[in-house]
Order: sequence, then C-alpha cells, then structure tokens
Amino acid sequence: MTMQDNDPPLMRVSKLSHMYGDRIGCRDVSFDLYPGEVLAVVGESGSGKTTLLNCVSARLQSSAGTISYRMRDGRMQDLNALSEAERRFLMRTDWGFVHQNPADGLRMNVSAGANVGERLMAVGQRHYGRIRETADDWLGRVEIGHDRIDDRPGTFSGGMRQRLQIARNLVTGPRLVFMDEPTGGLDVSVQARLLDLLRGLVDDLGLSAIVVTHDLAVARLLSQRMMVMKDGQVIETGLTDRVLDDPQAPYTQLLVSSILQV
Amino acid sequence: MTKRLLLTGVSKSFTLHLRDGVTLPVVAGVSFGIDGGECVVLGGQSGAGKSSILKMVYGNYGVGAGQILISHDGGQVDMACAAARQVMQVRRRTLGYVSQFLRAIPRVAAIDVAAEPLVQAGVAVATARDRTADLFTRLNLPERLWSLPPATFSGGEQQRVNIARGFLPDLPVLLLDEPTASLDARNRQVVIDMIAEKKANGTALLGIFHDADVRDAVADRVIDVSRFACAAVAA
Repeated sequence: MTMQDNDPPLMRVSKLSHMYGDRIGCRDVSFDLYPGEVLAVVGESGSGKTTLLNCVSARLQSSAGTISYRMRDGRMQDLNALSEAERRFLMRTDWGFVHQNPADGLRMNVSAGANVGERLMAVGQRHYGRIRETADDWLGRVEIGHDRIDDRPGTFSGGMRQRLQIARNLVTGPRLVFMDEPTGGLDVSVQARLLDLLRGLVDDLGLSAIVVTHDLAVARLLSQRMMVMKDGQVIETGLTDRVLDDPQAPYTQLLVSSILQV
Repeated sequence: MTKRLLLTGVSKSFTLHLRDGVTLPVVAGVSFGIDGGECVVLGGQSGAGKSSILKMVYGNYGVGAGQILISHDGGQVDMACAAARQVMQVRRRTLGYVSQFLRAIPRVAAIDVAAEPLVQAGVAVATARDRTADLFTRLNLPERLWSLPPATFSGGEQQRVNIARGFLPDLPVLLLDEPTASLDARNRQVVIDMIAEKKANGTALLGIFHDADVRDAVADRVIDVSRFACAAVAA
C-alpha cells in the first residue's frame, strides 16, 4: 500500500448537489479522497450513488457544489472549470471508469488486444510491437489467456469481459478508478475471482478508487471507508468495518440486518 | 509516565432503531490503563461487554462517551473521536488485533493472508512469506495447508492463521479476542509463549481468555468487566 500519512487529498468534494429537474439526484455531499484509499458508496437503487459517481467523474455536470482534483503536477483543479479537451485527457490518462455492464466500457467490434491497446494509443504510444506486448501483459494480469488476444469481447463470458474492461482501464496507469457495481450481474464464483483480482491490483498499484455498490460484502472486501446514501443524501460515513459492525443510522441498521447469512 | 493505552469513563450502548429505538446499555465508566510490557486481561461472564471494549479500542465500534488514548508516533490519539483516516494509521503502525474468527478472503492462500500486514508495512514479499512460514511451523500448521485459501480449514487451523497474521507485525499495542479458544493444549502453550515474548519486547497487551490456565499464565492483572455493567434502563 502506498498510502502516506500527510499526503494532501487526491479529490475534494464539497456540498455537491445534482437535480434532475425538480427531482433530487444527490444533495449536499462532501468528502475527501486520499491517495491509495478505496471509498465505497452504498445504498439501494435510487439512493443517488450512481448520480454522485457520474458527477465526481465529470461525466455529469453537477447543479451545485465543487469538485477539485489534484493533477499530476500537484495543483488542485476545479473539475467544473475544465475545458472539454482537458476533461477528455484526464479521463483517458489519469482516470479509469469500470461500468457494471462491460459492453458500456468496451468496444465490442474490435479484438481484446485492441481494446487494451487503444487506451495506450490515446496517450500517444505508437510502437505497435510494444503496444501489443503491454496489452498481452495486461491480459495475463487479469487472467485472460494469451491465445484470446485476437478474439473479440463478444466471444468472452461475462466475467472475462469484466476483467478485460479492467485491463483496458488500468493499462494507462491511472491514479483514480471509478467503479459502478463492478461485480453486478456476475455469478458469485466469478464475483469472488474478480474481487480478489481487483483487491490485488488496487494494493499493488496504490490506486485510489470510488466504488459504487449495493453489495455490502463487496464494500467490506474492497474499501477502507464507506458512505451510506439514502434519498440522495449521505446518512452515515466512517471506516468500513465500523459502519458495518456498529451501524448508527436507522437505515444503515436496516441494510446491515438485511444481509442473508449462508 | 504516560500509559501506552488509557481508557477514561468509556461507555457504550446500542440503539436498535429497528426495535422501536430501544437502547441496550453495555458498559459505562470503563477506566484503566496499560503500560508497555504488561498484559491486562478482561474478565467477567459472557455478555458483560469484554469484546465491546476491545472493539471500541480498535475503532471497530463507536464510543458513547469517554476517552481512549493510545500512544502513537510520539503523540496520543483519542480513538473515541479519531477520524477514519487516523484510525487507519494507528492500526497500521501501532495497534494490532487478533479476532476470534478469521475473515477469510476468497482465493487467497493462507500464507498470504497471514503475511499481508507485513507486506503492507513495506516488508519484501519473500521475507514476509519466510517469516510467516516460520511462525506457521511453530504453530504446527501443516505445510500442505499454507498455499490453500483458509475458508475450508478447521476452526483451530483458521485461528492459527489469524494468530500468525496478528502476531507477525511488531506493533506496540496488541488486542487479543480469545485467540486460544479453538486450540489444543500443545498449540495453546505455543501462544502462551508468544504472548510472553511480546511482553518481554515491551508490547502492551489487552486480551480476553476464557481458559483459566491461559489467563493465569499471561495476565499481569485481570479486570472484572462486570463492575462496569450499567443498570439496564431501556429507553
């Protein structure tokens, strides 16, 4: 883990709100995210967690509040003040976004190798041999066989597609990865493998991540800190094990007590 | 001299919002201190709040009132009100915890589960594995299990993985929640010896042990938690 004590925050979100017309998406959300830290955002469908994720990843313009991000040169940048070109550059280089449905994050009509290589080309790499080599290396890291590099993702299982999406996101060495229900829609055995893989990669690379999930077990395994959302607002926040083992808010108690034991 | 760990007027109750907000008082007025090289054991019957006290010290349970001061990096941190990030730092460098049950991670080998805190503290993976292997050997954990994920291990085998994980890093304060509960006599003795070594190295230990023989062997003092019991007043 590369987490340092006195690092300044990587991202600072203050009083963030987003309205869909009269309807509240999320309201008055504030948090700091530090380098190497994984923050889980939990809550049921419609609680505003995906809206929040889309706002802080600059995919959705927020209605109010500020989001600042520490750029690689160390200065804090107000994300709402970025030009479209700067925003796209950030998304291609310093950030990753793992969608619940891999088809939303992959190009389904090109090969697995090209899906990974494309991100490298987007950051200026041109040497075909090296791109292919790096892509091959990343496919190995996400446990996709070398013999599948020229296959299209359409021929892959759901779990393999999700692992390919992760490789595509991590190949450029991002510092921050956003994940929207990364294990949603996968069989539990496939989920366990993916979680273990994600956990290892986050640790090895010292990544920061914001993970939206409704699955508290996923949050327990991946995150150090947790925010619980309901009706667009954060109702409880703290260390992940504290929130899960001694939940304070009535809604958090309901969520925790609703987990099925096997 | 500043105590390594000092609890003053600590109380805990649970408010059950799903049960009409009924309040379950657990403990109140918990006050004691521990120096380095000392092993303090919490006594009292089941339900007296022993584990709750350990979990409050670790930052795993919220604290109703009072202070839990721990010496950390040359200063003191109040675990009762420390921010999440500060609690993480204290856990990484000062405060270890051996829980009663291992929370197994799917697919990760026992040796890597136990070596993880060392690796996170910056020890090279090969060195961390070697040290873990030595401790597994000492704890009589069969070598054929080391490379398997502990989910399918017996209670006693899982507990030894957990003990290794908690004892490997050299942290100044160590919390032990019944680490010997599922061990046979031979392995209990190994753990007793390991605790004695920690004490000799100046570690402050706070533990719960139901076995009288283990308790007698390791405790410098036993604190009867039932004296912190609060009168059961439901809200």
